[in-house]
Amino acid sequence: MTTAPGNRHPSQDANGLFARFIAATEIDTRLLGMIGALVLIWLGFQFYGEIVKGDGFFLTPRNLWNLSVQMCSIGVMATGMVLVIVTRNIDLSVGSMLGFIGMLMGLLQVEWLPPHLGLGHPAIWIITVIVGLCLGALMGTLNGLLIAFLEIPSFIVTLGGLMFWRGGAFLLANGRTISPVDSTFALIGGGPYGAIGSTGSWVIGLVACAAVIFGLVAGRANRRKHDFPQRPVWAEVVLAVLGCGLIIGAVLVVDAYPWPKGIVAKYIADNGLTVDPATLFIAHGFAYPVLILTTVAILMTILMTKTRFGRYVFAIGGNPEAAALSGINVKWMTVKIFALMGTLAGLSAVISSARLTSATNALGQTDELYVIAAAVIGGTSLAGGVGTIYGAVLGALVMESLRTGMVLIGFDTAIQSMVVGGVLVVAVYLDIVYRKRIK
Amino acid sequence: MDKGTPLVEMRDISIAFGGIKAVDHVTVDLYPGEVVGLLGHNGAGKSTLIKCLSGAYRADSGQILINGQPVEIANPRDAREHNIETIYQTLALADNLTAAQNLFLGRELVNARGFLDESAMEAETRKIMGRLNPNFRKFNVPVSALSGGQRQSVAIARAVYFNAKILIMDEPTAALGPHETQMVAELIQELKTQGLGIFLIEHDIHSVMKLCDRASVMKNGQLVGTVKVDEVTDEDILGMIILGKKPAKAA
Repeated sequence: MTTAPGNRHPSQDANGLFARFIAATEIDTRLLGMIGALVLIWLGFQFYGEIVKGDGFFLTPRNLWNLSVQMCSIGVMATGMVLVIVTRNIDLSVGSMLGFIGMLMGLLQVEWLPPHLGLGHPAIWIITVIVGLCLGALMGTLNGLLIAFLEIPSFIVTLGGLMFWRGGAFLLANGRTISPVDSTFALIGGGPYGAIGSTGSWVIGLVACAAVIFGLVAGRANRRKHDFPQRPVWAEVVLAVLGCGLIIGAVLVVDAYPWPKGIVAKYIADNGLTVDPATLFIAHGFAYPVLILTTVAILMTILMTKTRFGRYVFAIGGNPEAAALSGINVKWMTVKIFALMGTLAGLSAVISSARLTSATNALGQTDELYVIAAAVIGGTSLAGGVGTIYGAVLGALVMESLRTGMVLIGFDTAIQSMVVGGVLVVAVYLDIVYRKRIK
Repeated sequence: MDKGTPLVEMRDISIAFGGIKAVDHVTVDLYPGEVVGLLGHNGAGKSTLIKCLSGAYRADSGQILINGQPVEIANPRDAREHNIETIYQTLALADNLTAAQNLFLGRELVNARGFLDESAMEAETRKIMGRLNPNFRKFNVPVSALSGGQRQSVAIARAVYFNAKILIMDEPTAALGPHETQMVAELIQELKTQGLGIFLIEHDIHSVMKLCDRASVMKNGQLVGTVKVDEVTDEDILGMIILGKKPAKAA
């Protein structure tokens, strides 16, 4: 192995077993911290259930599957909020935008389109989704234009949006609940039919494992080509095993959650089978919204780490003046970032109204707080310049774990919101301590 | 010195902020292989004048000519297209990015699929830093973790890497120790022999006498005068800066 001074891998200089492991695998220590916190939360709810209620509900395939579906709406928006916060802005309007878009999509697919196309026409859900995404992009663009060109602080613009769009959602349908949504549209929200089943999950899981291994091999080849320090081989193997283990673990969990008996019986009747419903095990597999969130997270990670756009987002966050002097058009970047945030709010509106199979006036209420909390817990710095997509998704998982866990053990909503609020403050404090220590 | 076509000519430049004339009908020029010092008190308008050339500000009136051709410089991108590079006093580095990410900011190298080519950018950065600051090792940390001199060398590397023809240096040695100041002086000499034209904003009169061929002095937004450095004394230049008085013997 070459050990030219500029070419040593940091793991060769690290002291202690743990420090060497971290340096060799180049795992982000704050990622480890978040996973640790998540494990603590999960085990805590599990043991609380077992001891106090006599049954641990939390770590069951059923609950974990539901958790994965429930976090998607917040998770999708949190990936966009990272960009907003990294560039030293904030978007308080995402929850209300979600509500307004959800309501408009509800009216579109329930009251406006069916008279022209016929109920259940296959184009209805497609038109609805496209309109939802475009509307989100437009609303986000409006936010961005007001912030970038009229120079109104983003806090004020989006605080106005928070109130404006919530009122708008009420006016659209005079406070009615629009239900039920188009049956194909509803699949996007998950449920027994809104999941890809066992075989599909295995295919996706194995493809993901192959991608992890390919990524590690290609990264190593690239470092060798440019003569940069490389990770030890054992560290690469550890990373591959960890990555694939997590993916296969997730597949096993979602495949262990069967369809409810009633749905199985209906499925047998519909398909003219002669099997005993009690013995037929049909697994859910990954739900559609989970696949959407995963796709969004991967695309956003590529956008943030592999493209000029992402580089400029970080540069603006680090030093807006330097970014402008480097020829970056900071104003248009701001518009694009808010437009992207709006589009993601539109996507979240699709997911959450599909999951409820209705558009209600409360859809997305207080979501902005959970989204911001998820991004911040995930390590996005409110001072700007720092943040990761995977952190925000993990942050969304932490927030949703807390929320569903407390529902399961029977805390009432007052206590729930107190706990979530406390956790947010403590998490940010721990983050500050962490940042000071690594400096 | 051969007085052919100037590399840069800023003619009759004026710019005002809210009624205050920061730059008032100033004309300066710069020839290839020449270092022109810009001097004056704080607030004399040196930085403002030069920001019209680097694209950070737009002049209210006046003309900029590059190689005798009138050009429009509306933003920093335009300036870069005319091979004008600037090292700002504040260095203009994004603290959260690495040296390579700062060096290529706004001009990233991309691969065939349009994605950032980080390895190529880091390799190029290692090359240029190896020339400018051979002891530099911190390629994988944000520039906030670098010392003042290291940050300065990143800013200089950024200006030099892209084949600048016209270099603007705003107090390049203000934050540096004696050893690093000497390094910058040597670099200026080297770039000069390569035929670059350099505008040097500088407060230290000795550096000016040592590094510059000519000096243009500004006071209250107006040009006091431009002198050849080897035809005047320190006192003459100080008189121009403090009293706004042009020495009699200068042409």
